[in-house]
Amino acid sequence: MSLFDLKLQDIHNRLTNKELSVSDLVDASLARIQAVDDKVGAFLRVDEEGARAAARRLDDKLASGEERGLLFGLPAGIKDNIVTEGLITTCASKLLANYVPIYDATVMKKLKAAESVTIGKLNMDEFAMGGSNENSAFQLTRNPWNTEHVPGGSSGGSAAAVAAGEVYFALGSDTGGSIRQPAAYCGVVGLKPTYGLVSRYGLVAFASSLDQIGPLTKNVEDAAYVLQSIAGYDRFDSTSANVDIPDYVSALTGDVKGLKIGVPKEYMGEGIDPAVKEAVLNALKTFESLGATWEEISMPHTEYAIAAYYIIASSEASSNLARFDGIRYGVRSPNAGNLLEVFEKSRSEGFGPEVKRRIMLGTYALSSGYYDAYYLKAQKVRTLVKQDFDRAFEQYDVIIGPTAPTPAFRIGSKIHDPLTMYLNDICTIPVNLAGVPAISVPCGQADGLPIGLQIIGKAFDESTVLRVAHAFEQSTEYHKLRPSL
Amino acid sequence: MTATQSKYETVIGLEVHVELHTRTKIFCGCSTSFGAPPNTHTCPVCLGHPGVLPVLNRQAVEYAMKAAMALNCEIATDAKFDRKNYFYPDSPKAYQISQYDQPIGQNGWIDIEVNGETKRIGITRVHLEEDAGKLTHVDGGMASLVDFNRVGTPLIEIVSEPDIRSPEEARLYLEKLRAIMLYCEVSDVKMEEGSLRCDANISLRPYGQEKFGTRTELKNMNSFRSVQRGLEYEQWRQADILDSGGEVVQETRRYDDESGKTFPMRGKEESHDYRYFPDPDLVRLHIDDEWKARVRASIPELPDSRKARYVKDYGLPSYDAEVITASKQLADFFEDSLNYTKDAKAVANWIMGDLLGYLNANNLEFSQVKVTGRGLGEMIGLIEKGTISGKIAKTVFREMLETGKSPQSIVEEKGLVQINDEGAIKAVVEKVVANNPQSVADFKAGKEKAIGFLVGQVMKETKGKANPGLVNKLIVDAINSL
Repeated sequence: MSLFDLKLQDIHNRLTNKELSVSDLVDASLARIQAVDDKVGAFLRVDEEGARAAARRLDDKLASGEERGLLFGLPAGIKDNIVTEGLITTCASKLLANYVPIYDATVMKKLKAAESVTIGKLNMDEFAMGGSNENSAFQLTRNPWNTEHVPGGSSGGSAAAVAAGEVYFALGSDTGGSIRQPAAYCGVVGLKPTYGLVSRYGLVAFASSLDQIGPLTKNVEDAAYVLQSIAGYDRFDSTSANVDIPDYVSALTGDVKGLKIGVPKEYMGEGIDPAVKEAVLNALKTFESLGATWEEISMPHTEYAIAAYYIIASSEASSNLARFDGIRYGVRSPNAGNLLEVFEKSRSEGFGPEVKRRIMLGTYALSSGYYDAYYLKAQKVRTLVKQDFDRAFEQYDVIIGPTAPTPAFRIGSKIHDPLTMYLNDICTIPVNLAGVPAISVPCGQADGLPIGLQIIGKAFDESTVLRVAHAFEQSTEYHKLRPSL
Repeated sequence: MTATQSKYETVIGLEVHVELHTRTKIFCGCSTSFGAPPNTHTCPVCLGHPGVLPVLNRQAVEYAMKAAMALNCEIATDAKFDRKNYFYPDSPKAYQISQYDQPIGQNGWIDIEVNGETKRIGITRVHLEEDAGKLTHVDGGMASLVDFNRVGTPLIEIVSEPDIRSPEEARLYLEKLRAIMLYCEVSDVKMEEGSLRCDANISLRPYGQEKFGTRTELKNMNSFRSVQRGLEYEQWRQADILDSGGEVVQETRRYDDESGKTFPMRGKEESHDYRYFPDPDLVRLHIDDEWKARVRASIPELPDSRKARYVKDYGLPSYDAEVITASKQLADFFEDSLNYTKDAKAVANWIMGDLLGYLNANNLEFSQVKVTGRGLGEMIGLIEKGTISGKIAKTVFREMLETGKSPQSIVEEKGLVQINDEGAIKAVVEKVVANNPQSVADFKAGKEKAIGFLVGQVMKETKGKANPGLVNKLIVDAINSL
């Protein structure tokens, strides 16, 4: 059994009792990476020196007996679109291959305050665009359960690193399912918080109105601890919400008696793999056995959510990614002979095909004469999707369905068919459009590949989402399964 | 201009950018001060680094509201910020945060005085946005340097209606606009330093025609005078084209101050599609009535109102009132002087003649001279009492401008008290009359001017201190008694 299979409290007790040091934890992480990352490919960059130095500092502190942070000593992997001062942050793009950030993201400051140890930066789809990590400019990340399969994406490196036991927890970002879908594919817990709960300052923007940072962990309790550490108002993010942060860990009561669950028929219909459907229905039976009730409901605008999402997200991305022009930082094309060529060649040579596709899509949608038909229309659809959720939450405490229509697909099987790839996000995208929180927890397996259950809650009601997920987890064994690598 | 021009009516609209002098930038905490070494007032936010987010400076919003209110605009209750997308090295994010369809202010106006008549120029909108960086081209155009200190300085863009009908009106509009900004203390509006920038749209149409002619846009004017000159040239150029049956090309033209001409901007004209959309990094701006009222209360009495008051209460000619109220400091100075003398017209004359003349001649700003309103008022009092002559007062006033000393102390230090002693003057007069028989003869022969020479001689002898009225009388007496 790996050190990282210990519960957080157990690790902290052992640290207190001097049975374990932070350096031991960091060594375990580095050793595991050494052992398996050739196969998994989760890490773009391991900051061995930085991690060991941090471990020494924390061990000194441990000796002094001072009060410790919530995540004290825990080895963490960070998705490579979260900026880390002094540590190269690439967004898995050639264009930023040499970019050394001059500041820390707010979540990194919060992790430092919580005293976790950053082990390194994790692979992803370039600029978080994709659901398989096949769009990374640098390397493939493989699913630890079956290395012929994708880990999901875009936070594929984060999910794979946690599943492979390379780190204790990881941070990812979720714009249309990018935390939950890879969590489902890799058999770990992935939480997308309410839009505005976690500061976006220092998250390299893909789609500003949808992006949220969240944790990927092996169990729900750890997700609550990490969320506790990173949530909260940030004056550097105008879209961050000034709300009171409850105690998420104490919300994990295991009690879901009387809980009312809505199950949208649109999430269980065409295109949903029978094994996934069965796993979700079994999960609902588990909830019934715990005293909850469920009903099929309708979220009628779900079918329009994907189109609206790809217009809104691509429009924002076309503008957000315009700053990567080769002028001030990042890779400038050596083939540019004049100003226009600096822009054109740096971007043409620096961006991969999926990023270019979305920039073009978004540029088109915002163009004069098309704005009303695409962007404005998509915003109206977004409002309707949100109203679907508002209506459902008038009657139900949570909405439950699959996280993804299928288990992890084979590497290379969908990469040449972007539209099918996009349709894969049908269950996760509406959640981002509505801005509400959702978690994916393991709920079964098919052919040795994990299946994820998605639990969606009301805005800023992470406590309920975590409580429901935790109750399910405690009644099942799926979260204890480990891939053999 | 030429006769050919009288066939056409000139239509001008101005787009003016004014830098708001907030202490920090509009979306980050960097300083906005002018003249720092390149790229020292920068941070990840204004450099457009990956992952940064803008946070709106409340002071910039209040300055923009104040300016828009002073320009008689309706103030939005719900405003928002939009991204204007374009690639250029002076724009770190490759978009400018601006306001597209919900600006802070709309439907305002400025009154200008043209040939003694008041004319109202409409203001379409006033919106808030961020400034870009500054490019310097070096190595004979082979390289460019960029300074991001200016990036993120808050700007308001003030767009006029096409109500301006001559280059002179354009200048008057700018002067009034500048005065209003100075009164509001939201900007130092120095065109030379770039804190006020103006682009002008101009077209011609035959009198009586409703449809606008094809317009050109003029850039690169760096003074109010060059705006007027550029427009005059462009007015002439377009008339010439129309007269010869040609068509004006819609284009952007650069004004060249040295030749006074305009030239097409180099490079091909691209029609930009800025792909405006609401900035998802910023929340909507709600301006409630209480906030509006608080900002409105901070606006001082504006030039038009002061001008009307000066004409009504002090009987100043409209022109004098206009000149004095063009600057708040000058108008405050004027009012301060009147606490020490009742002669408003005399104060106005001293301001418009000696004070402004001195500033112009020495290329100084009013704030750079030390004279006080009290000083001027008291100096006029000394003239009224006959302590000093008007001529001596000019010397005294100059000393006041340079040293800020009170007129009394200058008069005492330099012994400039006027000689009103008839006996003392009479002695000098008799000497002068005796020494200048020719002038005396000329005067007697009816040449009135000759007395001027004699007075001059007496003043010279008394170092200018003799009471001129007395000197005149005594000379006439002396000649008559010969």
